[in-house]
Amino acid sequence: MPRRPRRWRRGMWIAVLLAPGLAVMTLFVAVPLLSSFRYAFYNFKGVLPDAFIGLANFGDVLFEAPFAAQTWRALWHNCVVFVSLMVVQNGLAYLIAFALLKTLPGHRIHQTIIFLPVVLSAVIVGFLWKLFLHPLFGLVNAALALVGINGPPWLGNESTALGSIIFTNAWHWVGFPALIFLAGMQRISKETLEAARIDGADDRVLMTRIIWPLVAPSTTIVATLTFIGSFNWFELPYVMAGATGSPGGATDVLGLLFYRTAFGTASSGLQDFGHGSALAVLMFAFIAITSGIGLHFLRRREIEA
Amino acid sequence: MQHGERGKNALIQALLIANAFLMLYPLLVMLLSAFKSNAELFASPFALPESFGGANFARMWSETSFLRYLGNSIGVTAVSVGLIVVFGTMAAYAIARYPFRLSAAVFLFFLSGLMVPLKLAIIPLFIQLNALGLIDTRLGLVLVYVAMGLPSAVFIMTGFLRTLPGELEESARIEGASELRTMLQVMLPLARPAMVIAAIQNAVPIWNDFFFPLVFISSDALKTLPQGLTVFMGEYNTDWGVLFAGLTLSALPITLVYIALSRQFIAGLTQGAIK
Repeated sequence: MPRRPRRWRRGMWIAVLLAPGLAVMTLFVAVPLLSSFRYAFYNFKGVLPDAFIGLANFGDVLFEAPFAAQTWRALWHNCVVFVSLMVVQNGLAYLIAFALLKTLPGHRIHQTIIFLPVVLSAVIVGFLWKLFLHPLFGLVNAALALVGINGPPWLGNESTALGSIIFTNAWHWVGFPALIFLAGMQRISKETLEAARIDGADDRVLMTRIIWPLVAPSTTIVATLTFIGSFNWFELPYVMAGATGSPGGATDVLGLLFYRTAFGTASSGLQDFGHGSALAVLMFAFIAITSGIGLHFLRRREIEA
Repeated sequence: MQHGERGKNALIQALLIANAFLMLYPLLVMLLSAFKSNAELFASPFALPESFGGANFARMWSETSFLRYLGNSIGVTAVSVGLIVVFGTMAAYAIARYPFRLSAAVFLFFLSGLMVPLKLAIIPLFIQLNALGLIDTRLGLVLVYVAMGLPSAVFIMTGFLRTLPGELEESARIEGASELRTMLQVMLPLARPAMVIAAIQNAVPIWNDFFFPLVFISSDALKTLPQGLTVFMGEYNTDWGVLFAGLTLSALPITLVYIALSRQFIAGLTQGAIK
């Protein structure tokens, strides 16, 4: 005769299964997140909230010296990073995906190679390219010298520093959007592509008129992930340009500003959790709202296609 | 027509090869430079090293805490991923296989973790760990990683476990197997592919993470590999051969695993994005 567990035994069993996961999520996701909204309204003494000060922290980081100028400059740099990565990194990824779609000999090996940098730490990639971009001893300027070009100090020059780090990011990550686009393209039916070819569509028409609208779901994902990544950008600029975004703040982004404000730098070890929390809440709200609106339009585009 | 097609394919193949070269050449230079002396590096950056002696690697080994950093990274990653898979599978099993009143709410609670970048909660996390006495401990780091990884693990495992047929469970029960035995011996062996995906998806970002150790860990003895690398790059900044040796050794473990399991890595890391 089947032994039916009694009701409470079944309940206990479910509770046991759920308990460890729920405990960790509550202690290290839910509570910290809710606290982070609260902390933004407090002045801090060390690591302890001291006095409730209303919206003062928000006012400081948005409108008062010395924070405001840094906040808006950092936000601008994040926007530059996002747009550049969308065009350079993801544009290149789209072309590579189209090339891989042809399943020429060796396409599997190409996929493996292009994804290799993706699995490496941003710390390794950042340091590697920092050495390559060194003005005197770096590989990049040595290569340029071979063709008679005198390369600039890429990371030391205000006009080239941010671009150099964006390039490094594109080298590091291009394989990720490429394989997402490729997966999207592989889902398009053979008949559709065949029919377009018979109608006389060449590769250029195929790529811009037929495939582009049909991979709209992949574009949505790539754009959203690039947006979130660009506005949380931290490791690469930290490793390549330091916590202050050198030279002279030319590479300063919100991630660095947030880290610096909350935990201080090597030269000033001052912790400021109040202003840091306000920045975190603003960044969270900005990312959530903007990607929410963006997602709405991108999804509508998917349906129209 | 046939001829033009072949010419175009040759061009595309050439572009793909150029791209592969751009991806691999920097890593090859990193490896080759690790065998060079400073003088050699600056005089002939593109040439093969004069000899494949391990002097730079020997200095890494004897003068730095590289092995300790490596050990910490292996330990923290293994324990975190292990707990993520175990806790995540347990929770997903309850959600997927037993109808109970709050099941949808519990599932949503886990999923809400997918929406929030935990990095932005670093200040309250710091305060929380500080209150628990877990700042500057590997356990503190592990707990934060488990919290970071659980949402995606629960998502993947619940989706998979729901697809398993109910007859399997029923017949195990009829034969008198306990719920625990049914789960461990009948159901979970079938879920192994999903567990591998969940493990890889979390192992790579944890292994590579730099932000949380930067904030939570200050003792040199507890540092992870990416964090230790920043210490080391500062100390040896005039000794480029040793720097390249350090970068090469740091990149080596995950590169080797990737080469062995590239299919699973690509599937695991793009899983969340492709649906």
